[in-house]
Amino acid sequence: MMKKRLLVVGILLLTLVMAFPAYAQDFTIAMVVKGAGNPFFEACRRGGEEAAAELGFNFIFQAPATPTSEGQIELIDALIAQQVDAILVSANDPDALVPVLRRAMDRGITVVAFDSGVAPAGRHLFLNQADMELIGRMQVQMIAEMIDYEGEIAILSATSTMANQNVWISWMLQELTKPEYEKMELVGIVYGDDLREKSYNEALGLFRSRPNLRGIISPTTVGLAATARAIEDQGLSGKVALTGLGLPSEMAEYIRNGTSEAIALWNPIDLGYVSSYMAHAMLTGAIKGEAGEIVNVGRMGEREIVADGSGGLEVLLGAPFVFDINNIDEWADVY
Amino acid sequence: MARTAEKRRFAFSNLSSKRETSLVIFILVLILGVTLRSPRFFSLANFHDILLDSAIVAIASIGQMMVVMTGGIDLSVGSGLALSGMLVGLVYKGGLGLNPFLALLLGGLIGLVLGSINSVLVVKGKIPPIIATLGTMSIYRGLIFLASKGQWVSAHEMPSYFIRLARGTVLGIPNLIFIAGLLYIIFYYFLSHTKTGREVYAVGGNLQAAMVAGINTDKINYIVYSATGFLYGLCGVLWVSRFASAQPDTATGFEFSTVTAIVLGGVSVSGGTGRVTGVLLGAVLSSMIENALNVTQTNPFWKLAIQGIVILIAVAMDQIVRRRKKTKVVREQ
Repeated sequence: MMKKRLLVVGILLLTLVMAFPAYAQDFTIAMVVKGAGNPFFEACRRGGEEAAAELGFNFIFQAPATPTSEGQIELIDALIAQQVDAILVSANDPDALVPVLRRAMDRGITVVAFDSGVAPAGRHLFLNQADMELIGRMQVQMIAEMIDYEGEIAILSATSTMANQNVWISWMLQELTKPEYEKMELVGIVYGDDLREKSYNEALGLFRSRPNLRGIISPTTVGLAATARAIEDQGLSGKVALTGLGLPSEMAEYIRNGTSEAIALWNPIDLGYVSSYMAHAMLTGAIKGEAGEIVNVGRMGEREIVADGSGGLEVLLGAPFVFDINNIDEWADVY
Repeated sequence: MARTAEKRRFAFSNLSSKRETSLVIFILVLILGVTLRSPRFFSLANFHDILLDSAIVAIASIGQMMVVMTGGIDLSVGSGLALSGMLVGLVYKGGLGLNPFLALLLGGLIGLVLGSINSVLVVKGKIPPIIATLGTMSIYRGLIFLASKGQWVSAHEMPSYFIRLARGTVLGIPNLIFIAGLLYIIFYYFLSHTKTGREVYAVGGNLQAAMVAGINTDKINYIVYSATGFLYGLCGVLWVSRFASAQPDTATGFEFSTVTAIVLGGVSVSGGTGRVTGVLLGAVLSSMIENALNVTQTNPFWKLAIQGIVILIAVAMDQIVRRRKKTKVVREQ
């Protein structure tokens, strides 16, 4: 009888000893991005892996084959079934992912959105690459410098439903109402859907329909590179200025030959890195995910959780980085 | 004498009932309509852009047309194109300075291998073409991710002479249009003037009859799928050169652009009929529709719907014209 009891207690203890470290350390954090095969998200992945190596959690990277919300919903469903501890997500649509992410949160999974956010109801925290307002205004300032604050400009965006592009564009419109831009006119917003051929053709359409066009802002990397190519093919280098948000590797050619003087982007490695740190801090209980808390984000230092203005909470990464002829060489091979 | 005259009249009425005639009329009407709305549409430079834009889809559509004529379909066109283009892009990224025409050939050969795999699945595996190519569509796309590790090949990683391939000219004709033209002449000759070419029509028209007539239907299937692969392989290299970028999701859904071109071009989806001249016009028309929507700055939210409506109108108009012609002929008799 005594022996049996001892055995039972022993087994229980052993189970506890074996189970506890697994519970305490082996968090699994999954990153779900917009689409597969995008170097931007590959860089985010590297940041996540870097954080995983420093903090010792399991890191899973998932991407739908095509950039759709449906593909992301399937992946997130599978992650819920796998009982991961946290999901980091860059959404293809701010609202479409809310139901599935709510289900994840109900099951105790921590949800941190990054890059392209989801509505506050579908996440605990959002890592904002930089102030959306600052990014939007900055691109108008950049194009204005290039065209001496005078002439017609157009915007070539990704799809018409992309959350981040649309918010940036609304801030661009705000910026353009300032008096220093009164000689500039926004003559069109077109959508290349992040497809190279479509973006290229949309750029051609702008050149044809607006022969006096002086500048294009493209806040997306496929659109930016396709527009650069179209400008060169039409012999418009120097006549139509180009700026926007793009990967330095994609734009290196066009920055070196002057088709685009300068572009901006935040560092996607840092995006993956910081969002992983945020999720990990939630899992360990270091933060509860409330406004005013300070979260330690490794080599990036510390960030404060603040209200995002739409009822949710966010952390700001920092100001975007400007790439031009002086620094493109060192960044072209990084991401 | 009377006989030849009658023959000639028959040939003439045959010509006027051809798909190409109604397509040309439709294209002219479209040009007129769009020009009235936006005069800038009507310029040499813009027509040059339209032809350039249609070149790649026109080349790939020759293959799709042959496959559809035999009663099949090739859904792997987009993936195969992207895989060939990516592999050639990776060769350049790896630092191998390949002559651009050798690169074109390499892409064609990679495509030929991919197309042959399709043909073996269809002929030896007896898998319906739509399923076989649906499978290889995903496999080829997956291979791109494996080969590229999800990375892009960017403009600065390609030599400038390769990027210029799509921008250069031969005898004043842009390379893309020149290559497309050359291929159209070759395949026009092949389909209309060689025994094997005529057999392609026979297989699609009536499989049983073709077999009874002693046509080696397996051989025809091998040829059409492999040739399609070769063509989309070429397209992959041209695509990468044109946009100076190879990315894993290049040309996603491109197979539907080829289907659009051939349907506009009068190829019967149930097999047996189709001409390269029609397909060429179909490819030009679909590029023209997209260009027109962009030049007229049509509301982006309407674009796709309008594109679909215009395609339906073009096909419906052709049906009406043909039916009229048929009843007229009957009455005359």
